[in-house]
Amino acid sequence: MARRYDSRTTIFSPEGRLYQVEYAMEAISHAGTALGILADDGIVLAAEKKVTSKLLEQSASAEKVYVLNDTMACAVAGITADANTLITYARQQAQQYLYTYSEEIPAELLVQRMCDLKQGYTQYGGLRPFGVSFLYAGWDSHFGFQLYHSDPSGNYSGWKATCIGANSSNAQSILKQDYKETGITLANAKSLAVKVLAKTMDSTTLGSDKLEFATVSKGNDGKIAFHLFSAEEIDQLLKDENVAQFQEEDS
Amino acid sequence: MEVLIGITGKDFVLLTADTTSARSIVIMKQEEDKTRELNKHNLLLTIGEAGDAVQFAEYIQRNIKLYEIRNGVPLSTKAVAAYTRREMADSLRSRNAYQVNILIGGVDPKTGTPELYWSDYLAASQKMPFATQGYASYFVMSTMDRYWRPDLSLAEARALLQKCFDELKKRFIGNLPSFLIKVVDKEGIRTID
Repeated sequence: MARRYDSRTTIFSPEGRLYQVEYAMEAISHAGTALGILADDGIVLAAEKKVTSKLLEQSASAEKVYVLNDTMACAVAGITADANTLITYARQQAQQYLYTYSEEIPAELLVQRMCDLKQGYTQYGGLRPFGVSFLYAGWDSHFGFQLYHSDPSGNYSGWKATCIGANSSNAQSILKQDYKETGITLANAKSLAVKVLAKTMDSTTLGSDKLEFATVSKGNDGKIAFHLFSAEEIDQLLKDENVAQFQEEDS
Repeated sequence: MEVLIGITGKDFVLLTADTTSARSIVIMKQEEDKTRELNKHNLLLTIGEAGDAVQFAEYIQRNIKLYEIRNGVPLSTKAVAAYTRREMADSLRSRNAYQVNILIGGVDPKTGTPELYWSDYLAASQKMPFATQGYASYFVMSTMDRYWRPDLSLAEARALLQKCFDELKKRFIGNLPSFLIKVVDKEGIRTID
């Protein structure tokens, strides 16, 4: 019954569903996990890479975490090529705003711009939706640090902690249990992120070659700093949390 | 013959525009308001080509309001000034450029820090502690150079403004009998004597 209404993105099925949008979300559920956690003094973005190989030039390619502007970064889950197109668009939008208003774009506004674009692909053009979900981590002077999630339908919401990609429902329930509502520091958030990833990742061992880890926080000079962890820093973090390569407990 | 003056104080901006509306040798009215409120904490003053001044002011006013409705948050004074200057710059190389000179005064709603921007019809823009548009500049800038200090109280700023009015009355050939004076501070925008 579903098959007859699949091919056109821009029409409803008899049950009132948009199948192409749902299929896009299905594509994302097979992608590497990405999670974000909001702390009082910053945001953590952590993700599991699917493309892992010793031959991969780590410093030259980002797969999961990207910088959008001076105050925002994002993590992606889904079709990387689609993600790249959207990230280019987001970066342009952010700079256009800076050009007009001489100020960085407020976080929610950038999310809205992306979502308006994504929604367009579900309503006109006859083109398939983008097969990517985003986690946006940003700061603005109105609401401080914020974490948002958007999906192929063009819908978005603000989160304290959330997860996308493979095993996301699993990770989400762990986050729900362990996330403290108040008084969570960036250090707590980093630790929680590592714990959750260790419990939900598909691979049996956890190493810096499989993870991308980043934080958005305020530096000592008051400016927003985006810090993408190097391989050594990730290894150190894993060691600190006792979930490094050669752990005894099951992973 | 029109005049705009702006003075920043400790936690407010004092702004004034003359209220004369005249064409050629005729004074049409004496209660013209050359200001437009952009949002709770930002005020725009415009003078220049007949029609353009009001048109530009209201265009900016509507767009700033639209931004607030769309996005639920107000624009800062710096962003308002940048946006306004951008519109002026875009109009400059179009068929019909706006011939308008403006002052934008505003405060940061959280800290009360005042900001004053001077911008002209060529889309030059500068943040200044005190500023003027019109013939007033020739007479009044030197008065303010002499007497302005940072962190003026409202009374002191009003007294400085009075010195400016007295200077114009004494030395400027144009007769400007009345001015509309407004204050922008954390509480908002209000008119004072």
